[in-house]
Amino acid sequence: MEKTTKVVDLEKVVIKFAGDSGDGMQLTGTQFTDTSALLGNDLATFPDFPAEIRAPQGTVAGVSGFQIHIGRIDINTPGDIADVLVAMNPAALKANKNWIKKGGTIIVNIDSFTNKDLEKAGYKTSPLDDNSFEGFNIIQAPITKLTREALKDSGLDGKSIGRSKNMFALGIVYWMFNRPMEQTEKFLQNKFAKKPELVAANIKVMHAGYNFADTIEALPSSYTVLSANLKAGTYRNVMGNQAIAWGFLAAAERANKELFLGSYPITPASDILHELAKHKNLGVKTFQAEDEIAGICAAIGASFTGSLAITTTSGPGFALKAEALGLAVMTELPIVVVDVQRGGPSTGLPTKTEQSDLMQALYGRNGESPIIVLASSTPANCFDWAYMASKITLEHNTPVVLLSDGYLGNGAEPWRIKSIQDMPSIKPLLAMEGEEYQPYARGKKTLARKLALPGTKGLEHRLGGLEKEDITGNVSYDPENHEKMSHIRAEKIRRIAELIPEQEVFGEKQGDVLVVGWGGTHGSLYSAVDNLQKEGESISLCQFNYINPLPKNTADILNNYKTIVVCELNSGQFVNYLRINFQGTIFNQYNKIQGFPFTTSELESHFKSLLKK
Amino acid sequence: MEHLTNKDFTSDQEVRWCPGCGDYTILRAMQKALPQLEKKKEDFVFISGIGCSSRFPYYMNTYGFHTIHGRAPAFATGVKLANPNLSVWQITGDGDALAIGGNHFIHALRRNIDINILLFNNEIYGLTKGQFSPTSKKGIKTKSNPHGTTDEPFSVSDLSIGAQGSFFARAVDTNPKLMQQLFIEAEDHRGTSLIEILQNCVIFNDKTFASITAKEVKQDAQLFLEDGKPMIFGAESNKGIVLNGFKLEAVKIGENGITEKDILVHDAKEEDPTLHTMLARMRPPEFPAALGIIRKVSRPTFNSGMLAQLEYEKQNAKFKTVDELLKSGETWEVGG
Repeated sequence: MEKTTKVVDLEKVVIKFAGDSGDGMQLTGTQFTDTSALLGNDLATFPDFPAEIRAPQGTVAGVSGFQIHIGRIDINTPGDIADVLVAMNPAALKANKNWIKKGGTIIVNIDSFTNKDLEKAGYKTSPLDDNSFEGFNIIQAPITKLTREALKDSGLDGKSIGRSKNMFALGIVYWMFNRPMEQTEKFLQNKFAKKPELVAANIKVMHAGYNFADTIEALPSSYTVLSANLKAGTYRNVMGNQAIAWGFLAAAERANKELFLGSYPITPASDILHELAKHKNLGVKTFQAEDEIAGICAAIGASFTGSLAITTTSGPGFALKAEALGLAVMTELPIVVVDVQRGGPSTGLPTKTEQSDLMQALYGRNGESPIIVLASSTPANCFDWAYMASKITLEHNTPVVLLSDGYLGNGAEPWRIKSIQDMPSIKPLLAMEGEEYQPYARGKKTLARKLALPGTKGLEHRLGGLEKEDITGNVSYDPENHEKMSHIRAEKIRRIAELIPEQEVFGEKQGDVLVVGWGGTHGSLYSAVDNLQKEGESISLCQFNYINPLPKNTADILNNYKTIVVCELNSGQFVNYLRINFQGTIFNQYNKIQGFPFTTSELESHFKSLLKK
Repeated sequence: MEHLTNKDFTSDQEVRWCPGCGDYTILRAMQKALPQLEKKKEDFVFISGIGCSSRFPYYMNTYGFHTIHGRAPAFATGVKLANPNLSVWQITGDGDALAIGGNHFIHALRRNIDINILLFNNEIYGLTKGQFSPTSKKGIKTKSNPHGTTDEPFSVSDLSIGAQGSFFARAVDTNPKLMQQLFIEAEDHRGTSLIEILQNCVIFNDKTFASITAKEVKQDAQLFLEDGKPMIFGAESNKGIVLNGFKLEAVKIGENGITEKDILVHDAKEEDPTLHTMLARMRPPEFPAALGIIRKVSRPTFNSGMLAQLEYEKQNAKFKTVDELLKSGETWEVGG
């Protein structure tokens, strides 16, 4: 299509789609993401939706949003605030009024600004009629009316017509950012393969939106975001939960193991179960159990029998799995527990992100029960950490907790596709038929015991949760043996520090301020530190993925800065863990417990205050 | 196949149940039953939860896993799904299976996973020293309810049938021959085979089944159900069970014009569970307790269903390797 308007080249832009939870905003956002990814933009996304499937229609509580940050430069966060907001109703406008850049563009579906919808959103009068949004570029688009108009001869019922209005909004935004519509057309053809009338209707509405934007003069110019300078290779878009699932598939194939997932649906972890359940063709066995406890117990049963066994959950489910995880510690069986963290305690904030299960992962079991804890830090590297968790658990025969979070799990970014041959080899530690087998004999270096799988002739033995006698694995109540075994279990975990890579630092190896983070805060901490470094500040970032054990050079890093600030989305769990481990070092802390990631700007302003001291 | 004996299945661990405990006869019956199965020793796995009965795997020289309280069905499910070739035995008690583990118990039965569950029912908590259990008779006085329990007991058979269990049998710990026979039948059945063993706890609930198992009464108090055979019992084999309207009735052959032809013939394979439910509920003094295989119906197993899906997908799916999956869908190239 030919364009007559001026095209402005942007370095990066943040767009937010917001509407009622039935308005299809997640789909709209995902389509814009996929199209932008195919154009070669770097990007990050952040879906934000209510816990209710259909929260009361038209209310602020029912607003579902999808934020996407695209750029021709390196993009590490979904962006603090939006340059462009699409608000499908007054509630969506109200919910996002503080999250739109001053002077930004707001596209509203003006047909939804009726008295009834205004009232549901808690407005007495329309905020568009007073000066609430003075200084913003408000585009009042009659989205509902024009969608109906476009489909008046389609023969579709009113409900189906109403449902396609998100495509009108998408069309407008595609025009604004000079995006081709082919990718979405292809998507619609696949999605509605059996309902060609819906394919035609949705495509027609999207084009209507595009043409509407092209025609009206409210949009002074359109924008383009050129492709980013990414490392050469084949790319795809990937979400954190999907990447975790794929990391396990890759590890199972590389280790020549069958993958077994025992799980129970829980937000925001269920997508890992959904993804793995699709791939029976790759030999994965997924078992949706009767509860969280059965999920992990079935996985431990499969681990005892020789599978790469995993269980996936979020905080409340993780609490239920604690006793069984202790059994895996005692019986020294391999299993990976994935906790996609959400706001807590109790049911808490199911759809919001938080990092508050760290202490639960480290210590949340009865008795002294040391365990490996890892954390992924970007949606794409969830692949690598699921893979590493599998490698460590199979090679050391000890359970591993992998901490992700709702932000990583639902967030998406481009991923340079790896081949499983790029990944390190995995050598499961097994006893073979014919060898002299003592269930609790150990390797000298790692202290790991070997597994003997049921079905292996001559290696019959019994495991259990009662304390084990050293070497034989027989039940033992001997006091000295219990102390010895407690030390062995702890030492076995400590020794893994000898095998993992040293911790890296982004920035100078010494200086004024060291920002310390772990897991899913990487994007926002990196962006803030990067910005300040570019302003010439003496500030570095140390983002941890290995939580227990910590990399062995951790103390050396910490000693090289005047001020250390540990930033996390809880009230200070990692900082207190560091205080236990590095007594004498002074740690400052910066915390947020709002169910949302850090914004880059709030981090920058806090770091500046530390740099001034 | 190598010839095995009961000694091959005896581990080197000292058996630590109380002297006189019913568990001993169950253990010996198992060690004698397994050599009669066409199975290699390394292919047996014993899984248990927590409780006196759950120490069982330590005494079997097979693969074994003494897990956590109530969860054994979930572990057993994982074992069977991971390697369907294994013969998986779950050993549990009335507390482990019906209180803390009730959820897993009914779901194993519902799914019909191909495992064997031996439920040692002694109507009491033994290992924690004598509290009432979900099968304790109503009113029983224990340490945890000194004034007598006010809760209704579960019926194991009703739970099994209600959860669509495909195999339910009952034995008494005083009859090792019957136990051996039932263990073999259970292994032979495809699906979840549940055997309730009425087991005496000499310490905390001695003689709770005396009305069924005591020498003086047992011939009149036990009915051995055999598929296709009339339900005749009694010291003189002259008693039987008939259906009177919608109710069962114990009768004497030769009295009131009753002949052997009037006696019900057992059909364990009948899909309709009504009669099986009534038979399993029979108790002295009005009735004999039903022993043997009460219900055995054919139903697809969970594990075979899962394997069939896996095989189908492997044959018909677009990609066969993880690399192919990773490269599937929308991708784009960035030049070097």
